[in-house]
Amino acid sequence: MQNFTPVSALIGGSLIGSSAVLLLWLNGRIAGISGIFHGLYPYQRKDFLWRLLFLAGLIIGSQIYYLLPQIHFIPRTNYSVNLLFLAGLLVGIGTKLSGGCTSGHGVCGIARMSIRSFTATGIFFIFGLGTVFFMRHIWGIS
Amino acid sequence: MYNITALLCGILFGCGLTISNMIDANKILNFLDITGNWDPSLALVMLSAVIVTWIGYKFVIKQNRPKLITAFVLPTKKNIDAKLIFGAALFGIGWGLAGYCPGPAITALGLKLTDAFYFFIGMISSILLLGVFSLVYKK
Repeated sequence: MQNFTPVSALIGGSLIGSSAVLLLWLNGRIAGISGIFHGLYPYQRKDFLWRLLFLAGLIIGSQIYYLLPQIHFIPRTNYSVNLLFLAGLLVGIGTKLSGGCTSGHGVCGIARMSIRSFTATGIFFIFGLGTVFFMRHIWGIS
Repeated sequence: MYNITALLCGILFGCGLTISNMIDANKILNFLDITGNWDPSLALVMLSAVIVTWIGYKFVIKQNRPKLITAFVLPTKKNIDAKLIFGAALFGIGWGLAGYCPGPAITALGLKLTDAFYFFIGMISSILLLGVFSLVYKK
């Protein structure tokens, strides 16, 4: 457990939660990233810009990495491109079908005590754990 | 104003994901690898996010309406169907394969991480694939 970073985890998690609360309080929306992403298509004029700006905000927010040297990590560079593409495809399809991801189901849905979100979160954790077990301890990659 | 607050909420969310290092795919995989060199950080990120959201939502839901629009837009589905289960399973597999879920992947684009870029191309392709699929199915 030498990689455990409890302080930055608690600070980061609280910021994520604050963003979710503000987005519902001000804009009346759930801060589910996959939902915001999938809502971009099919294009609806009145429901497009806020989504694009929220996602652009994520990218802008990442720049805090350069302001706080404490956040440092070594980026992964040798990973299989095919695997990354396949994973993106599965995550895109899976979140569309189940109607949420780690943020929409895992954070906002659970905070709303939604049975659907508890179920989805349980399932994607189990499959995530299983996949990593297979990848690292049976197949021997990543 | 509505668009500006969306942008600011996005920035706050992106800062949270970056500070907690959730944009480091290896950190996610190390969390999901409970039989290896386990890193429990993600559990604390989710726990603190859920607690803050749970408390905040309690206050927000009591309001008649959001500040900047006439009504809340909340999920309406209540039942657990095959789509939910199958979709969550696919998402879990993709999450474990790459160590990215949608939020961290998009945020990580800001650090020009090529891994996040290839993953994001996959996510965009899923929209096209689902679009074609729904056209075929409607016939």
